Amino acid sequence: MTLELRGITKRFGPLVANDRISLTVNEGEIHALLGENGAGKSTLMNVLYGLYQADEGEILLDGKPLEMTGPGDAMAAGIGMVHQHFMLIPVFTVAENVMLGNEATGFAGQLDIDAARARVREISERFGFDVDPDAVVETLPVGVQQRVEIIKALSRDARVLVFDEPTAVLTPQETDELMEIMRQLRESGTAIVFISHKLREVRAIADRITVIRRGAVVGEASPSATNAELAALMVGRPVELTVQKDPAQPGPAALTVTDLRVVDDTGHVHLDGITFSIAAGEVLGVAGVQGNGQTELTEAVLGLQSDVTGSIELDGRQLVGRSVRKVLDAGVGFVPEDRQVDGLVAGMTIAENLMLNRSHGEPFVGMGTIKRKVLEAFAEEKLVEYDVRASGIHATAGQLSGGNQQKVVVARELSRDLRLLVAAQPTRGVDVGSIEFIHKQIVATRDRGVPVLLVSTELDEIVALSDRIMVLYRGQVVGIVPADTPRETLGLMMAGERPEGVVA
Amino acid sequence: MNDETPQTPETPGGGGSAPEPGPSLEKAPSGPWPSVPQDGSPEPEPESSGGGAGAGSAPASGGDTPPEPSSRWREVFREIATGSLLVSVLSVFLAVVVGSLMILLTDETVRESAGYIGARPSDFFYAVRDAVVDAYTALFRGSIYNTNVEGFDRRIRPLTETLKYSGPLILAGLGVGLAFRAGLFNIGGRGQMLLAGAAAGWVAVTVDLPLVLHLPLAVLAGAVAGALWAGLAGFLKARTGAHEVIVTIMLNYVGFYLVFYALSRQGLLQAPGSGNPKSEAMPESAKLPKLLGEDFNLHAGFVLALVAVAFVWWLLNKSALGFRFRAVGENPEAARASGIHVGRTYTTVMLIAGALVGLAGVNQVLGTATSGVTVDLDAGIGFDAITVALLGRSRPVGILAAGLLFGALKAGGFSMAAAEGIPVEIVLVIQSLIVLFIAAPPLVRAIFRLPKGATA
Repeated sequence: MTLELRGITKRFGPLVANDRISLTVNEGEIHALLGENGAGKSTLMNVLYGLYQADEGEILLDGKPLEMTGPGDAMAAGIGMVHQHFMLIPVFTVAENVMLGNEATGFAGQLDIDAARARVREISERFGFDVDPDAVVETLPVGVQQRVEIIKALSRDARVLVFDEPTAVLTPQETDELMEIMRQLRESGTAIVFISHKLREVRAIADRITVIRRGAVVGEASPSATNAELAALMVGRPVELTVQKDPAQPGPAALTVTDLRVVDDTGHVHLDGITFSIAAGEVLGVAGVQGNGQTELTEAVLGLQSDVTGSIELDGRQLVGRSVRKVLDAGVGFVPEDRQVDGLVAGMTIAENLMLNRSHGEPFVGMGTIKRKVLEAFAEEKLVEYDVRASGIHATAGQLSGGNQQKVVVARELSRDLRLLVAAQPTRGVDVGSIEFIHKQIVATRDRGVPVLLVSTELDEIVALSDRIMVLYRGQVVGIVPADTPRETLGLMMAGERPEGVVA
Repeated sequence: MNDETPQTPETPGGGGSAPEPGPSLEKAPSGPWPSVPQDGSPEPEPESSGGGAGAGSAPASGGDTPPEPSSRWREVFREIATGSLLVSVLSVFLAVVVGSLMILLTDETVRESAGYIGARPSDFFYAVRDAVVDAYTALFRGSIYNTNVEGFDRRIRPLTETLKYSGPLILAGLGVGLAFRAGLFNIGGRGQMLLAGAAAGWVAVTVDLPLVLHLPLAVLAGAVAGALWAGLAGFLKARTGAHEVIVTIMLNYVGFYLVFYALSRQGLLQAPGSGNPKSEAMPESAKLPKLLGEDFNLHAGFVLALVAVAFVWWLLNKSALGFRFRAVGENPEAARASGIHVGRTYTTVMLIAGALVGLAGVNQVLGTATSGVTVDLDAGIGFDAITVALLGRSRPVGILAAGLLFGALKAGGFSMAAAEGIPVEIVLVIQSLIVLFIAAPPLVRAIFRLPKGATA
């Protein structure tokens, strides 16, 4: 069995998302599709899955062209997809989710749930998944939910499985388990397309690697290629993968958080008894799987959380209970984890976004009026300094690519006199070139003697930038460890285990 | 951007658009109320994520692909082609087309000639042409320039009537539009106008001052009353999260009965010795002066509207306060994370919006209908203002244009009815259709095969 994409071209208006992409996947093979965010990977897979219609080119299965008008046709042809964001109904059981859209029915349309149960058990046993068909999906860990997605695809006799960025939501351990599952699937003869932008994973598991950039195939690589080679192919120029930085010169403790507790409106406790401090000129990385209290930690520092107890002292000044504006005025810079939601106003221009947190007075506002000349000069300067690729300072933020949007946010936050930088997921959804740039800026900020609180779900980023690493699990500190702690140890800590020798 | 599709009340204004509709008092509150929109906070129009160019995954917009350099003109063109202005214009056009069909359906000659269309089709087509041309000619004569009378001053009179009707529509439209820009749906125009009119009227009839003091004081009182009435809704939203749509609608009722009560009590607002729910006529010292002499009804309210347009333009485009309004309107989360107090912004914008709507009420009481304050003083403007703001895309200059158009429809509607026997409701239908088409930009885009806006 061979799946072949031949000369797929997909346009969105003037924008060519996929430009004559050809790709072959064979039975029992893992073919990695490597590319930056926005390179066109997902579009290609949506074409393959029948969600988009290609403008040109064809999809061949065993040499026969497939007519695809929707996911139903793809499934019928034996193509299954494991989505980045799971397509599961949280309140349904595993068996119900698996049968969804493919319901076996008995007399008078009665659902045959037993058949679905049996199917889940059968597949689960075959691959050693250990999934209970009667478990409610929302109660399962993320890694297991992903297995439910896989079972769902396999239950429809998928012979080609597409994994779309499957490791984004997993702990390092879960990632290893997923890799093992993918290997098993390969042994059983399934063809796998593995979409990722994480070099290490791709090299670890792929049999063949196709690199795409700006919608076109730029090369094939073997898994024995080095990270640097792959990154250079992906970005189109040599990239510095490791962050160059000198050892930190930590000064006295600048930010001291004591016994912090954050509760949301529904009474859910997100952070409980968090205590740590960051010295001036030091980066403290906060590691953890998404949703273990990192967001609430940054929001609590900023004053965006309403129910906060404990103490957050910056240079001796209490921040808890202050308004966001007062916190910002105290010299806190904030790169929020989701720039689209908290960082930018998409409909406003770059210049306007650059003054978003300084609309109350100097330097941009005088007598209640915006000083357009001052603002425009400032924006022009930052556009150059931060290498924001845009048509000009009057382009709206929404028109920019993710990397450039993030540069605007970083430029805004770093262009003030900072006493603390809080950076949450500073490079999420940002291209490799911009990641390099943003990392340099964060290190430069540290070297100016500013304490940095860095939150990221990318362990690589944490390890590369941090001087010390704090691991959060279910709202509590598992431990604070040096930056050279082995990844395995960090992975265990992210799963809530405290290895010997680590103190909380 | 402003391309949201706020859930729009089906028919703003209902039957209340006529200047002196005089709905019976018992019925008045239940009649022209638009149904409550489910959710007034205008959210960015979600593109169907399944497919199409708007889908978030449209690639190459990511990566480090710099957006192609575009000149200012291209941006302007893009905004016109994919954005708001063109949709507004086409919506008006579509509404006029559908309005024409309705005129045909109600036209006797057309119906008769349709009966023997097989025998003499020319009759039918002439009748169709005559009906439509006559109707819109009458509309033109009634709203801009009347060729049927002698003398330039009498011929141009319709235009001054249009301007007179436009004044309050523009003022109230600015009030609604300004709130829109901050993400709030101000449905409370009626209540705000009533309270403002009553306050202005009260100052006018109870205080005795020379014109230079009396008029500004009365105007100010009206603006303040409107501001407080709307500000209450903003304050409640900021403090308790109460939805401004519900609150402003309910405040319409409260305002209506409050004013009705004041107008029915001797010693409050009721004209001494009268049994009608009406105040005394406004004294000369508190009236908005006529602009073109006693022969014309056009008064200084229109100047007030122009000043307000300039003010709101400055506010939104130049001031720091307006900057915060827009930031909160487009992305309250980002505004909050940037240290902007969202709740305070809601209160402030509603205060200003209420003052603007209040000026529309003042305009009625002290300018257009000076015979005394009544509960009908809003004349449906409070709701028409929503349409005006939508059509004007919540931009001051757009609202000015939309207000002029609606003023013309109002002025012309009566002459259409008088000259051609076309029911005046046709004008209301056209107005409502405009809202319908504006609220459904995808529909207009589909009809005219416009490209989908990237920022829609």
